[in-house]
Amino acid sequence: MFSTIRSRLLLTALLVVGSVYFLFPRNVTLRERGANGVMRDTVVTRVPLKRGLDLQGGMHLALELDQSKQVSADPKKDLDLALTVLRKRIDEFGVEEPLVQKVGDERIVVELAGITDPARAKAIVQRSAFLEFKITNETGALEKALPAMDRTLRGLGIKGAAEPEKPSAVQQLLGGDTTRPAPKDSAQKAKATKRDSSARDTARDTTPVVGGVLSGLIQAAGAGGVPGEYMVPETAFPRVDSLLNIPAVARQLPRGLVLRWSAAPTSVGVQPMRFLYALEDKSIVTGANLVDAQAQIDPLTNGPIVTFELDRAGGRKFGEETGRHVGDYMAILLDGRVQGRPPVIQSRIGRNGQITLGGKSLQEAQDLALTLKAGALPIPLKIVEERQVGASLGSDSIRKGITAGLIGTALVMVIMIGYYRLSGVLAVAALAVYLLFTLGALSMIGATLTLPGLAGIVLSIGLTVDNNVLIFERMREELLHGKTVRLAIDEGFRHAMNAIVDSNVCMVLTALFLFQFGTGPVKGFAVTLILGIVASMITSIFVTRTFYMIWLQRRPAMSTLSI
Amino acid sequence: MLRLFSNAKYDFIGLRHYAYGLTAIILLPGLMFLALKGLNYSIEFTGGTLLQIQSKAPVDVAHVRTGLDRQGIHGAEIQNFGSENEYVIRARVAKPGSDANDTQATAQAVSQALDNVLGAGNYNVVRTEAVGPKVGGELRQKAFLAIFLSFFAVLAYLAYRFEWRFGLAAIIATAHDILATIAFIGVMQVEVSLTVVAAVLSMVGYSLNDTIIIFDRVRENLRKHKHESFEEILNRSVNETLPRSILTHGTTLATLLALTIFGGEVIRPFAVVMFFGVFVGTFSSIYIASPVLMAIEKRWPGPAARGHLAPKKAPSAAPSRKPQTVG
Repeated sequence: MFSTIRSRLLLTALLVVGSVYFLFPRNVTLRERGANGVMRDTVVTRVPLKRGLDLQGGMHLALELDQSKQVSADPKKDLDLALTVLRKRIDEFGVEEPLVQKVGDERIVVELAGITDPARAKAIVQRSAFLEFKITNETGALEKALPAMDRTLRGLGIKGAAEPEKPSAVQQLLGGDTTRPAPKDSAQKAKATKRDSSARDTARDTTPVVGGVLSGLIQAAGAGGVPGEYMVPETAFPRVDSLLNIPAVARQLPRGLVLRWSAAPTSVGVQPMRFLYALEDKSIVTGANLVDAQAQIDPLTNGPIVTFELDRAGGRKFGEETGRHVGDYMAILLDGRVQGRPPVIQSRIGRNGQITLGGKSLQEAQDLALTLKAGALPIPLKIVEERQVGASLGSDSIRKGITAGLIGTALVMVIMIGYYRLSGVLAVAALAVYLLFTLGALSMIGATLTLPGLAGIVLSIGLTVDNNVLIFERMREELLHGKTVRLAIDEGFRHAMNAIVDSNVCMVLTALFLFQFGTGPVKGFAVTLILGIVASMITSIFVTRTFYMIWLQRRPAMSTLSI
Repeated sequence: MLRLFSNAKYDFIGLRHYAYGLTAIILLPGLMFLALKGLNYSIEFTGGTLLQIQSKAPVDVAHVRTGLDRQGIHGAEIQNFGSENEYVIRARVAKPGSDANDTQATAQAVSQALDNVLGAGNYNVVRTEAVGPKVGGELRQKAFLAIFLSFFAVLAYLAYRFEWRFGLAAIIATAHDILATIAFIGVMQVEVSLTVVAAVLSMVGYSLNDTIIIFDRVRENLRKHKHESFEEILNRSVNETLPRSILTHGTTLATLLALTIFGGEVIRPFAVVMFFGVFVGTFSSIYIASPVLMAIEKRWPGPAARGHLAPKKAPSAAPSRKPQTVG
């Protein structure tokens, strides 16, 4: 096989041309979302070698179902569903060659190359995007339930001062105020004017409340407010939330009602307040019926809004329910949080509606529209692993890797040529061919070049010459034994073969295990190492041999070998 | 023709007892140190949060630490990384059982602390890693499994290509290399990251490579020089492959040196561990693998002429029983 120089040269040329073809810069179309929010295609010309996240910058996320709040009935199905939803979202997000894949039975890996706003990407991936519309409660059910809740809390031994909060600076300034016994308040009293009550509330935080914990903290939003709307000082929000979540307390609320918080605090007077809504548990309609969502600027308020369109069934249901509830207030909930203040239903609403996002940017509105359109996640996802590398660090790594590679190669060249003379030159030429083959093979199989992979290539430059060293040393031995040049070359290649095959197979074996266990960057290392070993075997056994054959043909009478 | 060690006739095998002593002197304190101090695992394995920042002005580390303490992050490591204005902040997961979301919360708290101390626009985060403890634990398990399994795969291959005596000797030498490298990692307090595990596994490959080339020569010489004793054959083989070893290690060390100096901070631990691994691998192929092969040969003598062509003799005892001479 391949005994003639011509056939050997042909095969070598074929491999070289193939490698060059796979490394030749070409046009790549990128689909990206521009600053104005419109997807657009850009064409760039570059070497078609895939760079890993650690070299081009980007984000790697591993996600799992977050079952801390909501237990999945069928985790496998939910994960598959989440995978589909994430794929749609990421596609809309507009990242070049994103990777969204399931790893094992309980994990999804998302890789986004070249993103500049990691927080935004995380939000898009993690947002459940579960949209619901619920009517607010108008019967004052929470007010009625509060005394019973407080009794329950007292029964559990939780008093107003059970968890004294550290007095804030404002409270210390109002020192005189706090000493004054707080008025024994009930829900009725709290219904007093907003400003007054909120000011009093500051003082009340630290004093033990005789009337009860919750009724001391939760107050109706006041006259002119939305029915079923209450507020809690932002500072007390986490505590009230945890108190309300105690099962015994939650049971005091009438059946068919739920309590939901507003998405963001609102300033009432000087104090940030968090709104709490008593809502009918049954949703009028949910995001499952949504077919389209678009981000827009509301011409009236100049603020961003998301308009949406429901499917036929959803539209019918929405129309019926809103028709029955004209004059009532409807809360729009996203992931269990009420968005904005619930608007009053003026008339029957059909298939189209809009969500007003107070104080958010257009980009956030776009992201919301994107997630709504892609659908809701069945179960929230938690991030179990995050790796993120800035683009500048990536290009820095490439530069350093290439520098190290060039200097390493130069050192190897000096050693090889210095020691083996002309034969060393052949080895160095083979080294160049080896580098070309390795990079070409990487590009051909679409493997990703990572920073450890780059190190692997540099390392394998040192290893590759090992095969040549083995062959050369063998040739020298044969020459010392008085064999002719031609015979020494033949014998050198033949005898070195065993050692080369055995040692390289062992290297490949360990690299395979490395590939099996490693994540991204280390996998890249294993792949470059394996490809490098294969390429180095081809070059040292086949290409270098061909060089020698040509050399011998040109100088048939050669009696001493420059080695 | 420039030839180094061309007609070397060193008595390597005769020096084996000194070599065992040297191994013991290096390994024992190293392993004791390891047992006392443990390995410095990266957050990939322990779970935790890492932020690499680039600041506009030099950072007062103590200042940052107070800022972190104020955000409730205690005992974070703050380290200068490469250039003057680059720092790495590592916050490990406090409790092993804590939730994965904690690492996300920690990342936010660290950013908050940096905003407070350095000012929001005065630095940028160039790298973030937040690994949940569960993922870290899995990774640690997988890493050990990978090293362990690759061991058996190589043993099986060597048993197929040579015979079990050679395979066992090569594996014992490799085990020695791994132990020595781990001890080195422990003593130097090199951070054990995925790349370092990759370095250890590559080192295993490299050291095996070296051992195999000597064993290959042993196999050949056993056929060629039937009148020589096994010790003579081993010495002859090591000496004959000496020029190759010197040259290959030379080129490998040259590239590793380039990586260590010019490759940047992320790659440096890899290069340093490999650098050490090349030395240990060379030492063990000559002074551990060959003498151990001889010891095995003494305990369980093989057929007079060995090689892959010779009929395999069934092992007379379980190969797992280690020879007494192993250092």
